[in-house]
Amino acid sequence: MPGLKLEVIPTTHKLPLAKPVKGAVGKTGSWRWRKPVVDNSKCRRCFLCEIYCPDNCILVDPDKGVSIDYDYCKGCGVCASVCPVEAITMVREGGGNG
Amino acid sequence: MAKTVLTGNYTVALAAKMARVQVVAAYPITPQTSIVEKLAEYIDKGELDAEMIRVESEHSALAATFGAAIAGARAFTATSSHGLLYMHEWVHWTSHARIPVVMAIVTRTIAAPWNIWSDHTDFLGQRDTGWIMSFPMDNQELFDLVIQAFKISEDPRVYLPAMVGLDAFILSHTAMPVDVPDQKLVDEWLGPRRQPYVIDGREPLILGSLAWPEDTEEFFMGIQEAMMEAKKVIREVDESYGKVFGRSYGGLVECYRCSDAKYHAVAMGAWSGDLMDAIDMLRDDGYSVGLIRIRYIRPFPDKEVYEAITGSHGVIVFDRAISFGSLGPIYLDIAGNMLKYTRKLPYMRNIIAGIGGVNVTHKDFYKLVKETIDSLEQGSEPPVYTWYHRR
Repeated sequence: MPGLKLEVIPTTHKLPLAKPVKGAVGKTGSWRWRKPVVDNSKCRRCFLCEIYCPDNCILVDPDKGVSIDYDYCKGCGVCASVCPVEAITMVREGGGNG
Repeated sequence: MAKTVLTGNYTVALAAKMARVQVVAAYPITPQTSIVEKLAEYIDKGELDAEMIRVESEHSALAATFGAAIAGARAFTATSSHGLLYMHEWVHWTSHARIPVVMAIVTRTIAAPWNIWSDHTDFLGQRDTGWIMSFPMDNQELFDLVIQAFKISEDPRVYLPAMVGLDAFILSHTAMPVDVPDQKLVDEWLGPRRQPYVIDGREPLILGSLAWPEDTEEFFMGIQEAMMEAKKVIREVDESYGKVFGRSYGGLVECYRCSDAKYHAVAMGAWSGDLMDAIDMLRDDGYSVGLIRIRYIRPFPDKEVYEAITGSHGVIVFDRAISFGSLGPIYLDIAGNMLKYTRKLPYMRNIIAGIGGVNVTHKDFYKLVKETIDSLEQGSEPPVYTWYHRR
């Protein structure tokens, strides 16, 4: 920042701040009623699903393709919506029609 | 130091410039607009090294100021009336996040009906938000309060945003002589930008995620503690500013001919000058009366007011705002806070006046204070609540 020096001096008061950690509220994958299932043979490694996942549950490996952390995936379906080649489909948990 | 002639709005802009604000977010509203226009001009001419963010609303103006401040910038904005109401949500966010920010509020009556003149309802409507709130009487004090607002807001014992009010047109568009200090002195006195944490993307931090009730209450207890501490800081700042710049006002209140007075008037804002004239006239006529001028309404100067009115034979509190269905906000603050110190309160009258920008002159004050004292001296108490109106 031009013009001024910045000094960060802590306060003795409690601040409404948090640091992001994995699983702060438990394994949120149990909230899911439908699950994303990947067909890696269709995946073109465009990384859109990884970028869009609101819970940071998707990793795309250039060699192996998409992997999903089902411990925390809440099944929102954003990945399936943004996938340009329909490599991800949402499947109802426990069988039946999603 | 150089004496110059400035409107209130240009005084605010110059003070913000001399505090070396780095980000200004702005949305126009009468009667505030010429503050941010002047800042834009300073930036355009290369006299101020700052980023001007033109936003689509006041809600965004304070959000952008807040964002810049959190990222480490000395940030500033200004608004009035409906603009302040629109950004009200962010007023709370800024104080709860404990992020130093300074904002000028050119007080203007709230619609309906549409009105651009000064009363204090918009400003005093923010009294529960956790901002440091100061209010000057003239443009010189305005300059000093804006510079001091940065110092107080960024003090690690405080870390709360600060708003400085100024009466629409009476100050904002009226030119008065202002002593402008040397930039070097301001730089030395204000020092570097200080804040409790920075969110600039380098380290992931979450602000405002869900908290349990107990934690939430503890955050708010911290704000209250900081407010109490701020009283000390405000007094210190007023003193050290006086030593460096030659002007000290007495801290949270100014006592005008009040220490030996038998009766006391209380007021805040530009009209205090008219009230001072009335006090002088009344003194000339043999009345023992003084003025307690509220300079800071948050934190509330409870001890100062208590000490000033101890032994008073009668107190007249002038409010340029009303809490509909109750009384004036300053009166309510005084009445409640005095009970911390005493069970024996003097007679205290609340006069609501100047609402919607109705002009109140030294003659009105003279008449109101005189009739109150005359009545009390004759053993009869005027009603505690009066709405004074004339055309």
